[in-house]
Amino acid sequence: MAQVFTASADTRLRAAVLLAFLLVFLAVLFVGGYADSSYGTLTGWVRDQPVPFSHEHHVAGLGIDCRYCHTSVETSARAGLPATHICMSCHSQIWTGAPMLEPVRLSLASNTPLAWNRVSRLPDYVYFNHSIHVARGVPCVTCHGRVDRMPLMSRAVPLQMQFCLDCHRDPGPNLRPAAELTRMDWSDWDRHPEAHKDYGALMVKTHGIDPAKLTQCNICHR
Amino acid sequence: MRYAAVLLPIAFVVSACDDMSHQPRYDSYEKSSLFPDGKALQAPPDGTVARDSLALEGALAQRPPMNIALLERGRERFDIFCTPCHDASGSGNGTVPARGFPHPPSFHLARLRDAPSGYFVSVITQGHGVMYSYADRVSPSDRWAIAAYIRALQLGGDAPLATLSDADRRRLSEAGP
Ligand code: HEC
Ligand code: HEC
Ligand code: HEC
Ligand code: HEC
Ligand code: HEC
Ligand code: HEC
Repeated sequence: MAQVFTASADTRLRAAVLLAFLLVFLAVLFVGGYADSSYGTLTGWVRDQPVPFSHEHHVAGLGIDCRYCHTSVETSARAGLPATHICMSCHSQIWTGAPMLEPVRLSLASNTPLAWNRVSRLPDYVYFNHSIHVARGVPCVTCHGRVDRMPLMSRAVPLQMQFCLDCHRDPGPNLRPAAELTRMDWSDWDRHPEAHKDYGALMVKTHGIDPAKLTQCNICHR
Repeated sequence: MRYAAVLLPIAFVVSACDDMSHQPRYDSYEKSSLFPDGKALQAPPDGTVARDSLALEGALAQRPPMNIALLERGRERFDIFCTPCHDASGSGNGTVPARGFPHPPSFHLARLRDAPSGYFVSVITQGHGVMYSYADRVSPSDRWAIAAYIRALQLGGDAPLATLSDADRRRLSEAGP
């Protein structure tokens, strides 16, 4: 009987197995890298919006508090995007002829809401609630970044499970006085850590926050 | 059969895209083809009475007792909803009038100093001239809190020197003219 395998078959087999391993390895590396890349987590990307609304202008420039527009952030799970008449409480008098604001006027006249494209959004299988974080003193900037420096809104932190858990395992150091939670610049607080070294632990105790409970899967996946 | 070998993995990969991130349910602010206006969140029909509307009306009619908690709440709400135009001091020189919005009157005018607190509550509820109503965003009890804080602002802005304590007077002269 003639030989089935040539003398080099062994080498070729090894090479093929090695190549397969390498491909799997690269694929894992790629998927992992993709998941953490700014493209995968959507950080730093702006989206097309019906009106080029600038937080930099309205928050830093005019000093408007977040809650003027995101009215339900303290009382419900959702912060809410502003109704058209909230824009019009100012823009009924200023920039009234600006073409940039035409969609806003149209929306008011036709009684249809502006369709904003969402920037920070969790998958449907995750439950999130603003009011509890706000009541405990987690400032907006922790999860949404320096909104006051965003001419167009983009996602500042990857809203991955790890981000949530990093805080839920030890919320203390992230807590701030609830009265100032829409403040964007906490550099003076961070500059003097010794002045507030007990604050977090005290708040955790006052509110009875239990990290062991906060990391249970059914808190966020319910 | 050969096609199936190619198509099956593709079917698997594509089915992973139709994932659980977008479950077939409506979230509050999503689009919906169920209703003619295309919104998942429907406004209640005209004439709907909220379950707590009686309590809210009661809170609007009844002025709550003045205390420090009411003032604190009033300051917070005032800073959120009123300062862009009326300024933190109530002078009316806020950042928005500086950009061309009609100038609101100062709260330190004699007319507004003499107005009852209920007047401020009704301005917040109904609006005034070019100023919109803030009734949808400021709850009845918060309206009274803001009115109380405006009273404090008026008192602070127009207090005669003689009513200040020595310590306050010293601080005032240190702060300069
Ligand atoms: C409290 C008052 C206020 C509210 C509320 C408000 N704006 Fe403005 N907006 C202003 C002022 C004042 C300017 C002009 C700033 C200037 O001239 O420097 C402005 C400017 C703009 C501009 C011009 C482009 C720019 O940023 O320079 C756009 C677009 C705009 N606003 C959109 C909106 C939208 C959309 C809303 C509702 C979500 C809104 N604004 C709500 C006060 C307001
Ligand atoms: C004048 C009104 C106004 C103020 C004040 C304002 N916002 Fe917004 N915000 C909007 C509008 C309109 C949008 C939707 C358009 C967009 O994404 O840019 C928005 C979008 C957002 C989003 C993205 C939501 C999403 O998923 O698409 C975040 C986060 C946000 N705002 C946070 C803040 C924070 C934090 C503050 C206070 C520092 C603030 N906003 C103050 C009007 C406002
Ligand atoms: C603990 C993190 C965290 C904090 C603190 C936080 N947010 Fe959010 N925010 C989120 C997440 C996560 C989402 C996406 C929610 C979703 O898609 O279900 C979101 C969504 C939003 C949206 C989009 C509309 C909505 O309701 O989903 C706005 C507007 C917003 N946040 C504003 C604010 C403001 C203003 C503050 C401060 C008062 C704040 N957020 C504090 C995490 C946070
Ligand atoms: C910077 C800190 C911080 C971050 C980041 C954070 N959380 Fe929280 N979270 C808290 C604190 C503090 C509480 C309040 C715990 C308490 O009072 O028992 C809380 C409570 C919650 C609750 C309510 C728990 C309950 O008992 O009902 C949910 C749900 C939740 N977080 C989800 C999330 C999700 C989802 C994310 C990520 C997008 C997130 N959190 C990110 C600090 C944080
Ligand atoms: C503090 C909130 C929180 C808790 C607690 C939590 N998760 Fe998650 N989980 C999330 C968020 C947010 C995402 C969405 C991540 C994304 O979109 O990238 C997620 C995504 C997931 C996913 C989808 C895969 C992925 O990473 O995208 C799985 C599986 C999961 N979680 C399992 C668990 C299990 C098991 C536990 C308990 C040990 C748990 N989670 C506890 C917030 C939480
Ligand atoms: C967008 C700018 C703006 C905001 C925000 C605003 N106001 Fe006004 N307000 C005005 C203007 C302009 C007038 C003058 C209206 C006129 O005479 O047509 C006014 C007038 C008033 C008056 C005087 C009415 C009179 O008899 O002359 C009171 C009181 C008042 N506002 C209270 C408030 C309170 C309280 C808030 C916060 C809940 C508030 N305003 C928020 C612009 C604003």
